[in-house]
Amino acid sequence: MSPTVHDIPALAPWSLVVPAGVTFTIVDVHGNQAVDCLFYNADDTDERYSAPDTIVAQRNLFLTTGTVLRSNEARPMATITADTCGRHDTIGGACSKESNTLRYGHHTSHQHACVENFLIEGARWGLGKRDLVSNINWFMNVPVEADGTLGIVDGISAPGLLVEVRAEMDLLVLISNCPQINNPCNGFDPTPVRVVVGDPPGAPAAGSGA
Amino acid sequence: MTMEFTSPPPPPAGATSTATTAGARAHARAQAGARAEAMRTVPAASATQLPDGVTAESVVWDETVAGGGYAHCVLSRGTEVRLTDLDGDACANLLLFDAHDPSERLNVADTVKVQWQAYLGPGTLLLSDRGRVLASVVDDTSGTHDALCGASTRMTNEARYGAGGAESASPSARDLFTLALAKHDLTPRDIAPSVSLFKGVRIDEHGSLQFLAGAGAGRSLTLRCEHPVLLVIANTAHPLDARTAFTVSPLRITAWAGQPTDPGDARWSATPEGERAFLNTADHLTARGDR
Repeated sequence: MSPTVHDIPALAPWSLVVPAGVTFTIVDVHGNQAVDCLFYNADDTDERYSAPDTIVAQRNLFLTTGTVLRSNEARPMATITADTCGRHDTIGGACSKESNTLRYGHHTSHQHACVENFLIEGARWGLGKRDLVSNINWFMNVPVEADGTLGIVDGISAPGLLVEVRAEMDLLVLISNCPQINNPCNGFDPTPVRVVVGDPPGAPAAGSGA
Repeated sequence: MTMEFTSPPPPPAGATSTATTAGARAHARAQAGARAEAMRTVPAASATQLPDGVTAESVVWDETVAGGGYAHCVLSRGTEVRLTDLDGDACANLLLFDAHDPSERLNVADTVKVQWQAYLGPGTLLLSDRGRVLASVVDDTSGTHDALCGASTRMTNEARYGAGGAESASPSARDLFTLALAKHDLTPRDIAPSVSLFKGVRIDEHGSLQFLAGAGAGRSLTLRCEHPVLLVIANTAHPLDARTAFTVSPLRITAWAGQPTDPGDARWSATPEGERAFLNTADHLTARGDR
């Protein structure tokens, strides 16, 4: 499969079905841009990404190279094959108009949010609110301190850092290029990101038998 | 516990043979009054061994759930629910929904993010995906809970115990949730990440998970319903419980009528985020005429 390049504008949703065995690369083009992401089995969307099953299987909260991203049936959906950022979050969930009112105040209730992106893009595939669960936050930094205090803090990403993911099943990939402006997950300045679908540079072609 | 439980009656003989409808009816009716360790107390107001200050007349739900069992109940706003780990190896996997619109449900990511805290304990608000409080933790003598690891699956239980189906001796939480939700016309789509009570987890500086095996027999946690809810519990092994023998002991559930948190309660304004969640909840229930 020859690579295809998809530029996702700041604030926008995006989705695509990536066939099993194909790698896709998410590039933090301008740096410190959270990319909220959910996966669904393209043949049966009741099977979907599960943050808890992923965490339990690797006995660790952080996603990085080698992490197997698992479904709510504990099956492998995708594998992180390369990561130049270092680690990614999967406990912080997606921002929403509703949770923004709690975190920042009711003046934020009409700001655009990741749940809005998930809902509008998911609707194209027949998905609705019941299909939204705890997601992946690529390039987002959420430390947990010894007493359990956690929070979204300044990012550890930078322009051009990337994460490569190989689909282990035919995968509907749903992305919200996070529009949040009230915490540092986007450096208070949401920017475009790029998704390259297809074999990464230097990798053997899919199906080559390598 | 020293309760005596009766077994189903033996096959009848002679005139009460189950070969006839009359005999079969007599045989079935002969079970009346039998007791099992895991059962619901009916009527609830006949429950005994109640928490201090709780009158029998106020009890709305009393049930003991076996290890590997599940329970579910629609509860009105203000109801307090005490969950007790009777013998020290219960694990209450918990889901919550708005009783009237189950598309609104517990959101563990918002629960930990909004409260800036990964660990559940006294004062924790269990938040919905709509910026509202479904329930609050008003008392906790355990301190070993988990909002990060979710629930066991058939595949993981098959790998650890050899079986994970609901009919097996080691049912997965996901199978039990599927059954409980089906009783309310909900489907696996409605199973979002859950919390676990009495088995817990702690996170080290590198993000690694440390399992907490529990605080011992008799520990309890009390929830207050701040919203009309459907509460669903699967009492089955925590996904990080590494014992190869399925080890889950009974869970006691006792719920009684009470009052939701109000602005005069210190919990209402304990944090600015929580106060806005209580305000959102009150406005929502007022608007729909459900106070």
